[in-house]
Amino acid sequence: MEWLDTVIQGVLIGGLYALFATGLSLIFGVMRLVNIAHGDLIVLAAYLALVAVDATGIHPLLALLIVVPLMFGVGYALQRGLLNFTLGGDILPPLLVTFGISIIIQNALLEIFSPDSRRLQAAGLETASIHLGGGLAVGTFPLIIFLAALAIIGLMQLLFYRTKLGRAFRATSDDQETARLMGIDNRHLFALAMAVALAVVAVASVFLAVYTNFDPTIGPGRLLYAFEAVIVGGLGSLWGTLAGGVILGVAQSIGAKIDPGWQILAGHLAFLAVLVLRPQGLFPRMAS
Amino acid sequence: MTALPQAYRVERGTRLSRLGALGGAGLLALLVAMPWIGDSSDMRIIGEIAYYLALAQMWNLLAGYAGLVSVGQQAFVGLGAYALFVFAAVLGVPPLPALLLAALAAAVIAIPTAFVVFRLRGAYFAIGTWVVAEVYRLLFAQTSSLGGGSGMSLPAAIVRSIGESRAEREMVVYWVALAIGVAAVALVYLLLRSRHGLALTAIRDSEVASESLGVDNFKTKLSIYVAAAFGTGLAGALIYLQKLRISPDAAFNIGWTADIIFIVVIGGIGTIEGPILGVLVFFVLRELLADYGTWYMIVLGAVAVAVMLKAPQGAWGLVAERFDLHFFPVQRRLRLGEKAAGTRQAPTQKEVTS
Repeated sequence: MEWLDTVIQGVLIGGLYALFATGLSLIFGVMRLVNIAHGDLIVLAAYLALVAVDATGIHPLLALLIVVPLMFGVGYALQRGLLNFTLGGDILPPLLVTFGISIIIQNALLEIFSPDSRRLQAAGLETASIHLGGGLAVGTFPLIIFLAALAIIGLMQLLFYRTKLGRAFRATSDDQETARLMGIDNRHLFALAMAVALAVVAVASVFLAVYTNFDPTIGPGRLLYAFEAVIVGGLGSLWGTLAGGVILGVAQSIGAKIDPGWQILAGHLAFLAVLVLRPQGLFPRMAS
Repeated sequence: MTALPQAYRVERGTRLSRLGALGGAGLLALLVAMPWIGDSSDMRIIGEIAYYLALAQMWNLLAGYAGLVSVGQQAFVGLGAYALFVFAAVLGVPPLPALLLAALAAAVIAIPTAFVVFRLRGAYFAIGTWVVAEVYRLLFAQTSSLGGGSGMSLPAAIVRSIGESRAEREMVVYWVALAIGVAAVALVYLLLRSRHGLALTAIRDSEVASESLGVDNFKTKLSIYVAAAFGTGLAGALIYLQKLRISPDAAFNIGWTADIIFIVVIGGIGTIEGPILGVLVFFVLRELLADYGTWYMIVLGAVAVAVMLKAPQGAWGLVAERFDLHFFPVQRRLRLGEKAAGTRQAPTQKEVTS
């Protein structure tokens, strides 16, 4: 029973990792950009939520209404104003520029908010739980996170396969040059992709900020979880990314159960095992 | 004069590179004599510059020549450093041989590591190397015999075996640092002038083309990765021989790689001169801004971003372009229509390979 409980917790928190990973996967898919600042943008959004909650006293989940559009704007501006200029064949410029941005965000947050760890209070929501009978209980909030992850990934799936914008994303992903010939404005489209990615990140950030303590230095760790979920799930598959996040969450949760020091290590080792045994990931997108 | 055949010759050295070699030898003699002419703070900063230079050259070899952009080189700083502590403090090997053994250990561990991270390409390789570095950090944090998360210190007896007095220890560490810095530059230079260097740049420019011309891409990359691990591990071991105290969070800190990347990017990636210039700029900035803590890091990040966007060839690239300067000529240049050796202005020059 105790182990079942551990696994369930892992699955639910895997939803959060999948949300981190969705943004990373989206921008890689559309413009082949690996954003090293991804984790720091997650933390930035968490601090934006903190400021919004502190300033207005609203419930953290209502802060989503402020943080999500804000991060959408940040994403658009960041891509249009900076990252678009790094794209074009060579992998070094995007990698090193996002690495620089990562350092800038991290230190700016340290300067403004100090290294103290913070957390959003959600009026008892974070400790509430639902009893399933037989001694099993799941946290209400982790359940909300997981259901939100399902809903958002479902929405992203719809966006990708049922809308004009999604078609443009997929066309650009398949063949940038031809997509441009068909009248797609790359610069605008890339900026929209980053905007959508960071809007998803914003949701994940608010959940993170309620679920656990955060401080300016935790960004790189979140980047690694997101990256691992993408690779474990298989590139190009959103549901695969969810599975990747869940596997990571379960591995960490089982690791933590064995020894608290093994929590993060167990996640990394699960990732490396998948990389060695099945480098294409567990659910790669079928060749079309 | 008919157009062809023209007089031509293949040139490797330049007059400047020969002059530079002379100047370099003079500078080196001065640096070696530093313990007698400078004070211990000069020695500390020059020693630090020397091992940062070694770290930067190793990363430059990976990212600038082999196309292996790693953000996980702190793995080998930490592995070299911990291996030193194991050899010296646990197994009782004298410190200087222990340095070499530690570097060797880092290189040996790099082999299985490569088989895992080489499954990832390009930018994914970069983040993969970071994950691996985290794995090593967490593993050492779990190893209680090495002090676990809080780390350990070198026992006093070992410290004394480096040198009896503090001044003597500083001198030994300084000379070793200098030797590592010079050896790293020499290694990269000689490697790039060899046929392996040619294979390397071919891989960086096009993996498919180099493979089809008979270059064994995997083997070449693996050997570079392992060589860089050796150099990085050696520098890491020396750094912690100087610090005398180690912890997983410090030794496996991403900050090592961040500093290295900054040095190479600002100086000029894919050149030997670049990291040398970069390390000097880095230390000047550090001395000027060190008191500002986070602002210093923000400035470094912003400078790196600006350089990457506006002048991706780096500071040395700008100099080399403007003045055709090469202190470490690794190119073969075909000079057309020149009979006299060593004339510098050459509008007809063609670079055959770079």
